Amino acid sequence: MEHAAAAITFDPHAEEDRTSTGIPHDKMGMWVFLCSEVMFFTGLIGSYIVLRFGSTWPRPMDTLNIWLTAANTFILICSSVTMVKALEWIQRGNIAKSKLFMCLTLLGGSIFLGVQVYEYRHLLHEGFTPSKSLFGSTFYTMTGFHGFHVFCGVVCIAWCTGKLFLGKYTPEHHLGIETLGLYWHFVDLVWILLFAIVYLI
Amino acid sequence: MEAETHNDTHPIPNYMAIFWWLLGLTILEIAWAIIPHHSELILASGIVGLAIIKAVLVALYFMHLKFERKTLGILFASTLILGCILVSVGIAELVLPRP
Repeated sequence: MEHAAAAITFDPHAEEDRTSTGIPHDKMGMWVFLCSEVMFFTGLIGSYIVLRFGSTWPRPMDTLNIWLTAANTFILICSSVTMVKALEWIQRGNIAKSKLFMCLTLLGGSIFLGVQVYEYRHLLHEGFTPSKSLFGSTFYTMTGFHGFHVFCGVVCIAWCTGKLFLGKYTPEHHLGIETLGLYWHFVDLVWILLFAIVYLI
Repeated sequence: MEAETHNDTHPIPNYMAIFWWLLGLTILEIAWAIIPHHSELILASGIVGLAIIKAVLVALYFMHLKFERKTLGILFASTLILGCILVSVGIAELVLPRP
């Protein structure tokens, strides 16, 4: 029982507690989570492709507002840029600029969600409901799940921005912003694919 | 060194250049979707190709995969390969003749 008597200590800040890959636990955890998200969205996109090309399908442009969604895509790409700039400025030691870019990211994510809600309301008003057709079901499932991810991202960005304003992040300690940034860029990456597959084809 | 300490040794990429590339490719994508095409395959392959280029740019530069350890790249690529297999099986079921 000598092993049981040995004290097991865990110091989250100790060098030896980093993973054997040399990547911090938080970051590695986020990457593993994102890998599971890849499989989740691949399942959705794969199902969509099979259904889309296996049956008669309306032209998305006839139902959906491509220009509005293109503008929304632009906003999400901009928010991805502001997120990466927030990280860049905190790494450079300029907290004030990092705060500004985090706020802009929060604004971009919120606008994206607002536009998506507006789009849903408009489409539902026009009679394009999830139960109307296979296209409707798949459209609301895919964009809805993505929207939920954006919503979670916006909540987390608001949380991290609050911590940044409270001085919890410094140029030396900002892994939270970097990890959140990975999630946010992934959400942007998924939207790039969804916009192409659902709206343009 | 604390776990939360981040010592980036890689150069900071030109994020604005990536942004302009993403914007340009998005405009090209929409233009490709609007232009009439003889076959749906040409339309789809063009749009999916452009979307993949954009996704790769985001992963490499915004998610810093280009500058990270290879372990992360292998981890991420392995799920992408599994994903490609999943989608390919679905497409094969559509394309291949049924017994």
